[in-house]
Amino acid sequence: MSAPGFTNQNSYVSYGQNSTPNGGAAPPYQNGNHHVAPSPYSAPSSSAPPSQPYATLPSSASPPSNVHYNQQPFQQQHHPPYTTPGSYYGQQSYPTPPTQHSQQQQQQQPSLVPAPSGGPGPIYPIVSYPSTPGSSQYGTLSSSQSTSKHGVMPTQMGAPLHQYSPSWPASTTAVQPGYSVAPPSQLAPTVNGQGSTVHQHYDQSHRASLSYDSYGGVIHSSGGADRPPSGTPSTSVHSSPGHHQGNIIKILGYFLILSVFHSLSLPLSGGDTSSSTTGSASPVPNSYDSLEGGSYPDSMPPSNDMTNQAAPYGSYGYPSMQPDYPQGPASHTDSSPSRDPYGQSSYQQYSQVSCLRPWGGLSGVPELEVEALSPINLLLERSLLPPRPLEAPEPNLSPDLKKVNCSPQTFRCTLSSIPQNQALLNKARLPLGLLLHPFRDLQQLPVITSNTIVRCRSCRTYINPFVTFLDQRRWKCNLCYRVNDVPDEFMYNPVTRSYGEPHKRPEVQNATVEFIASSDYMLRPPQPAAYLFVLDVSHNAVESGYLKFFCESLMDNLDKLPGDTRTRVGFLTFDNTVHFYNLQEGLSQPQMLVVSDIDDIFIPSHDSLMVNLKESKELVKDLLTSLPGMFSQTKETHSALGPALQAAFKLMSPTGGRVTVFQTQLPTLGAGSLKSREDPNQRSSTKGVQHLAPATDFYKKLALDCSGQQIGVDLFLLSSQYADLASLACISKYSAGSIFYYPSFHYIHNPAQLEKFQKDLDRYLTRKIGFEAVMRIRCTKGLSIHTFHGNFFVRSTDLLSLANVNPDSAFAVQMSIDDSLADSSLACFQAALLYTSSKGKRRIRVHTLCLPVVNQLSDVYAGADVQAITCLLADMAIDRSITSSLTDARDALTNAVVDLASAYKSNVSNLQQSGLVFPAALCLFPIYILALLKQKALRTGTSTRLDERVFAMCEFKTQPLQQLMRMVHPDLYRLDNISDQGALHLNNTVIPQPHLLHLSAETLSRDGAFLMDCGNTFYLWIGKCCHDLFIRDVLGCPNYASIPTNMVSETVTVYKIHNKKKLYSTFFQYLVEDQSESASSYHEFLQHIQAMSK
Amino acid sequence: LAIIKCTFTFNLFYILFPQIIAFDELKTDYKNPIDQCNTLNPTIEKVKKIKRVKIAIKLVLPEYLIHFFFCVMFFCAAEWLTLCLNLPLLAYHVWRYMSRPVMSCPGLYDPTTIMNADILAFCQKEGWCKLAFYLLSFFYYLYGMIYVLVSS
Repeated sequence: MSAPGFTNQNSYVSYGQNSTPNGGAAPPYQNGNHHVAPSPYSAPSSSAPPSQPYATLPSSASPPSNVHYNQQPFQQQHHPPYTTPGSYYGQQSYPTPPTQHSQQQQQQQPSLVPAPSGGPGPIYPIVSYPSTPGSSQYGTLSSSQSTSKHGVMPTQMGAPLHQYSPSWPASTTAVQPGYSVAPPSQLAPTVNGQGSTVHQHYDQSHRASLSYDSYGGVIHSSGGADRPPSGTPSTSVHSSPGHHQGNIIKILGYFLILSVFHSLSLPLSGGDTSSSTTGSASPVPNSYDSLEGGSYPDSMPPSNDMTNQAAPYGSYGYPSMQPDYPQGPASHTDSSPSRDPYGQSSYQQYSQVSCLRPWGGLSGVPELEVEALSPINLLLERSLLPPRPLEAPEPNLSPDLKKVNCSPQTFRCTLSSIPQNQALLNKARLPLGLLLHPFRDLQQLPVITSNTIVRCRSCRTYINPFVTFLDQRRWKCNLCYRVNDVPDEFMYNPVTRSYGEPHKRPEVQNATVEFIASSDYMLRPPQPAAYLFVLDVSHNAVESGYLKFFCESLMDNLDKLPGDTRTRVGFLTFDNTVHFYNLQEGLSQPQMLVVSDIDDIFIPSHDSLMVNLKESKELVKDLLTSLPGMFSQTKETHSALGPALQAAFKLMSPTGGRVTVFQTQLPTLGAGSLKSREDPNQRSSTKGVQHLAPATDFYKKLALDCSGQQIGVDLFLLSSQYADLASLACISKYSAGSIFYYPSFHYIHNPAQLEKFQKDLDRYLTRKIGFEAVMRIRCTKGLSIHTFHGNFFVRSTDLLSLANVNPDSAFAVQMSIDDSLADSSLACFQAALLYTSSKGKRRIRVHTLCLPVVNQLSDVYAGADVQAITCLLADMAIDRSITSSLTDARDALTNAVVDLASAYKSNVSNLQQSGLVFPAALCLFPIYILALLKQKALRTGTSTRLDERVFAMCEFKTQPLQQLMRMVHPDLYRLDNISDQGALHLNNTVIPQPHLLHLSAETLSRDGAFLMDCGNTFYLWIGKCCHDLFIRDVLGCPNYASIPTNMVSETVTVYKIHNKKKLYSTFFQYLVEDQSESASSYHEFLQHIQAMSK
Repeated sequence: LAIIKCTFTFNLFYILFPQIIAFDELKTDYKNPIDQCNTLNPTIEKVKKIKRVKIAIKLVLPEYLIHFFFCVMFFCAAEWLTLCLNLPLLAYHVWRYMSRPVMSCPGLYDPTTIMNADILAFCQKEGWCKLAFYLLSFFYYLYGMIYVLVSS
């Protein structure tokens, strides 16, 4: 993630330029929007009726095969307007043609538009506003949230915030006005001490939908309502009172929405280009399902689309940028004088592919490395943050390879230039590893139906864009270098319907493809999707009140559960006994069967407990309606989780599937019972933290059994007390499940958690799922996999067994270099995920990443991806803290910085500079590591509950990179002075591009309003002297004093006060560059590093 | 006594060899780690109907027990030098067993972590080192036995 332009000395000039209207990186962003333009632009006005989004929705879904070709000319035509500030208001003209076009296309192929099944149901009503440009995108995205969330960071397309950020005003908001005392530790101006913090949770998995909500919410609040209910956003549009207010709000709205929009529309290299332009994009969450239902079964038309899709990467998206490139992002491209000599020629040469990443295309040119490597003395340079969130560094590849390479959102390597041998890697003192998000929701995915899936005969690699065709009949594997024959079938290209062009097949044109697998890839016939819900109904659970909300949510989403007509569901509840429910079709009402022998659990009835959802839907609904009431009077406080899980295992063994466990307390009965291990007095101890490892291996063994039977267990822990998550989490960790934790969940006392729970649940129930999955990661000969991180069971050195795979979980892999890679100039990695879709189809999703091999240490540093490195180090640190101790892990992280500093100083930088020198590509490394050390998972000295710490560790292991980086180092923006300078202009909307601010109290000012985006939480910080106009327009309160203490929820006073203090300190915890009671400031940290690296 | 020594060491070979082979299998042959750990760790199978605990004879624990038995024998025979040679290994065994992962049954190896390259490499290296140690001590014991036979 080298940001040469930002970091080196020269770039400072340009840095300043960024703030000027047309400075900034706006043009590239605009380009990003371009892709989206066609469908969205059709919206006539900002207050378009809600129906508009629906109308446009299909556009994103439809795969009109020629669309992008047609659009290409449009885009190029449109481009110029963006580039000059003067054109801001001229945009209306261009969007229309493409829109119409694409709509026509849609109409031509209505069958390709799948009904927006899956998740985003609630979203549609909410989409109500000018966002119409984005709305169709939203439709798509809502399902594929993960795509969007990742989209932002790596591409840095200028999403001012990533997509969920918009949701700030939406849900539970606690505002604390007039906070008068700055925390003692605060070094920064005390201005900051006085402010109010609006706090809000939202469901990570529902970003897209939230973004709608928030949108509505923003407007709503402007109307003076103190609660912007996410449920009624559509009305909120009208509630904005003043005309004048309307304007400002609109801007804010745009800003927020567009950020969402952006993340969707980023045309990544090989990534998900905007859906509207690409033929086979499937917008719905369970996209493959709709694909199956839609166009794909008959392979011809889809494959047409697929091949065409290849074009967008190269010819469609990128070229359009070309005109802008030189003019646009001053800071990125023009900033460095050193580049000038080469500048023009290289632009011309590379801009074809590179336009979206200003310097990416230049990476082949030496001067890029010069920039990425330019030494930076961190002790002297204060403003290192780029104006926009960092994107992944572009590997130094030839343009041809670059344009087909896998999207960095899916597949990212810590070193985008692979060192030639282990010695060089050791010398660099950087970890080599991959960050993978293999099953994320994709906007477009070529699906290939073919009788023979072409693979290397010796290493079984799937054919990919990086193989070489020796001649028409032979291809050489890029991983093991074996020469293979091209099968006859592969010679025929279904796209062009011509024979003899194997290199034009979709498999060879796309780095991410999906195959429909034949029965060779099945151990048994695909099983129906099976969902078992295991619910805690003890007194504690009833008290917390989750059951009602779970039943409501499931009831709403019953039809949206991924699956087909064979889908099976079952329910199981437990307190000190285990209750089964007979839902056999034909019964008049559900029958409860109680098994009280928890020591030797058995299944009372074998065929009627897991029932076909379609046949027994009425009974299931009956049960869900009556369930909350059934246990309301229970006095049973014990919890027999272990036996319930054993029962679930027995129930699910024949088919495999997903078990969802809701637990609210420490399991106290039967197998797997646990004792409280947390000593509250040790919560803030600076010495090591005990009990991070499981207390018993019961859950691990059960998880392994489950994994063997293809059962994935997802855990929802809603506990107010210590529940030993360290032990309980094992059940999900090794069965490839997900873990959700809602500390102090209570349906009345903690509305924030409740809302998060509901949002999470909606997303959880409707998100895509793959069963019986295995993932194999192959890499070029000489590289080998060292360690895996994530939730799975490692079956072999390169094979992960995933009972369930979901689009929200990511994996990390540490690599080592066994043999020298000197023979080859490229290193390739291929991740193949074989899974059964919820529709009972066996599918293989293949991602291939190609990276250059280098033999110079300076090249390794130039290609280092600081965010990926940080995430991988975090994973390693968490392993270390469990196997060794937290202190060890923290030391290891600090040492990583120290080592890098000394390695760089002694090996690369020949300047005899004093101070702490880092290559520009890695200049954010110390900040990130310091931020890591201040995370809940790894911090010491600050009071942290053991469960929260363990949960934070689990998050680190499974969250995808973009999400993780925002948790570690949140994005901070100033909201009150957002200007149109450098803003994006889309149609008639203006999207301001606020700059990232340093996470220090210094940057906060008494008269400002700041938005902090922490990935799964937003904080709105309003200074005491913030302009009344801003407060009135945005929050709907006349002035600072009148901002309600709790903008969202009706809660008891005690809660508010409590929450206020907590919120305040929470907010300041995120200012990682400042000193806190137990941790050093950034400057102190640097000095410490410098002292140690001498 | 020397003869006993000899046979015991021989036994250790037999136990250690499969162990090394097993790790090698794991590394190259892609054997399922759950199965592999089950062969290496002793498993307590609860035979339901008879309700009796049957300890399957597996590899790791017997090795440790035999070695421990050895050391006791050396102690009884007042073979101080030999005992001194073996004590470090004994201590290592004790330490290794104390620091094993949390498990409800006896055993050393955890199927979920065994595939970690570091741990696998360590286990393999450990196997080879111990094999070398047993081989050397076997010849030493053999020498001792012959010496005793000849001198008597």
